[in-house]
Amino acid sequence: MDKGIVIDHVGMTYSSLTGNVEALRDINLSIEPGEFICLVGPSGCGKTTLLNAIAGFLEPTAGSVYMEGRKISAPGPDRGVVFQQYAVFPWLTVRQNVAFGLRLNSNRKAPQEIDTIVDHFIDLVDLKEFQDAYPKELSGGMKQRVAIARSYAVNPNVLLMDEPFGALDAQTRQFMQESLLQILEKERKTVVFVTHGVEEAAFLSTRVVVMAARPGRIREIIPIELPYPREAATKTSPEFIKIRARIDRVVREEFQKLRQNTAA
Amino acid sequence: MAETNRQNQEIEEKFARKRRRERLEKVGYFVASFSMLLIVWELSRAVGLINPKIFPSVPAVLKSFIDQLSDGSLQKHMYASFMRVLVSFAIGIVMAVIFGFLIGWFRTVRLLLDPVINFFRALPPIALIPLMIIFFGIGETSKIIVLSYAAFFPALVVIYQALVSLDPIYIRAGKALGATNLEIFRKIILPQLVPNIITACRVSLGVCWATLVAAELIAAQRGIGAMMVEAQNFFQMPPLVLGIILIGVISLLMDAFVRFVEKKATAWQEKIS
Repeated sequence: MDKGIVIDHVGMTYSSLTGNVEALRDINLSIEPGEFICLVGPSGCGKTTLLNAIAGFLEPTAGSVYMEGRKISAPGPDRGVVFQQYAVFPWLTVRQNVAFGLRLNSNRKAPQEIDTIVDHFIDLVDLKEFQDAYPKELSGGMKQRVAIARSYAVNPNVLLMDEPFGALDAQTRQFMQESLLQILEKERKTVVFVTHGVEEAAFLSTRVVVMAARPGRIREIIPIELPYPREAATKTSPEFIKIRARIDRVVREEFQKLRQNTAA
Repeated sequence: MAETNRQNQEIEEKFARKRRRERLEKVGYFVASFSMLLIVWELSRAVGLINPKIFPSVPAVLKSFIDQLSDGSLQKHMYASFMRVLVSFAIGIVMAVIFGFLIGWFRTVRLLLDPVINFFRALPPIALIPLMIIFFGIGETSKIIVLSYAAFFPALVVIYQALVSLDPIYIRAGKALGATNLEIFRKIILPQLVPNIITACRVSLGVCWATLVAAELIAAQRGIGAMMVEAQNFFQMPPLVLGIILIGVISLLMDAFVRFVEKKATAWQEKIS
């Protein structure tokens, strides 16, 4: 209970012009340190809302989220966030972006120490050649690697990723998935990862959480018992194909239900 | 390897030549454009399209320029005008940045002030001149106030519009890295607004300069506007036309300067070109 993330009876209701919208209802989930959790489900199932509640951007209207026993009430450097829109600061170079968190009062370090840490993480995401470039000179995949290095630099326990590879082309996405796993292999973090991709979820995670929409709730939690390190070949193994099909079936069912409900 | 290097060098040189040629071409057209204006000016006088007795010739204006330069009166006028514009511009921009942030940041302030701002923005600065004379007399104060007012409103609108349309994603990213509100303001909001603040400067400087002559009509002793009024009173056409030309040239130069600063300060931006 003390370690990791505990999501305890979390509910989230928004008020909108057409009435109240229940984005999340009674979500309960315990995430162990070092786990890789993927949240999947149809649009509107509240997976991003749940991630934002863990990040502390949103406060749940019911229940609470706990991190290492403490209730989460605001964003903080113990939880790194990687966004789909990259959110790399365009007015700073790659180096300055990675150093950004280290120059803040909450985790201020001595200049030499900052240099060492920045060098280390720029190496980790393989961007040494581009360290003095501005983001506008980088491809989408490279920008996302800058964002990952920037999060890693302040040494969070948890990495929250909101469809981080959603805007990338298929080849780059595949490459980024593999590099993310390699990075995690070297420096373990707890990860909560939101995605639309069933294959992506099966490839990356230790557990896949399939969510249902209206209201957003947990439909099924599927453990992925494939050993790490996983690489491109993993995706063609029979075990992988079987587990992917299983997740796919659940997601598809939820999608169908949603379509029937909206049609009716 | 040596072959590719040589080829690259050739391509590099070709591009450099092209850039040089384009630059030269631009300068050429610039000169041609203004020469054309001078030719039209002289031709119009020659054929009587404008009365040559009233409107001075190019050499007469040039002579007036040299005369006033050598007796120091032109420098005196230009200095006075420059100082007025610079002081007022500085006051206007600083106030606009402060108020822009207050309005952009605090919703209540924005809702409360928005209607009033639109009223004052629609009000031409010149309309304030009579009131300012009654309040502050015909001295420097009333001119500075009118010009600061002229600089203030356009800059204010540019800055707070930019502030309310900022992408919240960077603020979120900053918070997740542990930034405090002050750090978010200094390290995330301010750098994003630099391009907008420079745009605000450009607009304000233009409006300020445009209002200058009107402000100097308030019985000014010095300044380009005063020089023109004096010329008008004594029916001296060359200094009058010189005044018009100077205002145009100086405003072009100031704009070029701000654009230069802009280019240096916003190298990180993705430009559509």
